[in-house]
Amino acid sequence: MEKDTQHLEQLAEIRDIMNKSTRFLSLSGLSGVVAGIAALGGAWAAHEYLSSRVFVNYLYNGTQAEVIQFLALDAFLVLIVAIGFGSLFTIRKAKKNGQRMFNKMGIRMLVNLGIPLATGGAFGLIVMYHGGYFLLPSIMLVFYGLALINASKYTLEDIRYLGYCEIVLGLLSAWFIGYGLLFWAIGFGVLHIVYGTIMHFKYDRA
Amino acid sequence: MKNIIAHLDKAFESRVRLGIMSMLMVNDSVDFKTIKETLDVSDGNLASHLAALEKKEYIIVTKQFIGKKPNTSYSLSKEGRLAFKKHLQALEDLIGK
Repeated sequence: MEKDTQHLEQLAEIRDIMNKSTRFLSLSGLSGVVAGIAALGGAWAAHEYLSSRVFVNYLYNGTQAEVIQFLALDAFLVLIVAIGFGSLFTIRKAKKNGQRMFNKMGIRMLVNLGIPLATGGAFGLIVMYHGGYFLLPSIMLVFYGLALINASKYTLEDIRYLGYCEIVLGLLSAWFIGYGLLFWAIGFGVLHIVYGTIMHFKYDRA
Repeated sequence: MKNIIAHLDKAFESRVRLGIMSMLMVNDSVDFKTIKETLDVSDGNLASHLAALEKKEYIIVTKQFIGKKPNTSYSLSKEGRLAFKKHLQALEDLIGK
């Protein structure tokens, strides 16, 4: 009987090592929650700004550059807060697990996340150049979803489902033009908070 | 009962060797440093286990230079993969009893 548990332990350890040596498992749920809150804050700021500007916008076309400037700054701040806190929580969790952030698995995950993301970013800028601002939220959501699905092979598999949701939202957003900000807030805000909370209770507290 | 235990490979009796084989099963090739960090063992300890597995021709050792630094990486030989699969099967059979 004692032998049995010993073999069972060995098998469990083998599975654990196989997982650990192919996937980056230290992704923190809390970083998802913070990213979501930052996104909601950013979306709220954009909403307030735009609704105060709509009237003026009709009068002067010249304000358009100003609006874009504000939105770019807003998005940039959200990104900084999300990446900053995301890295902080993830590095902390990696340390606890005795894993480094930039080990082979971490880098592999980041590269696979980065390729669709960079493609989407470039594509978004080109679309913007042609004046297709209304498609931006949709492009961001769809490419972010693809990036998550691509990276899910190298980290917690659960982010694949978050990826599916982002793609569906992105496509819906492309259909219902005019609700871009709302879809964006749901995709990057609400979904991140929900996903992050689930991950936190599923993995971090164990 | 004795028959089943006979299927367990003596070469995989240590925890470190099981760890090495597990890593190599799921990666094409892994370097020394990565194995060391994942399994959390000392240089000497790991080197001796790797040497033992190499002697049995379960793993293939590739030495190369990355820039000026020597880099040794390991991958599984056909025999090694087969032997480890058998060992895993034997473990599972034992638990199934």
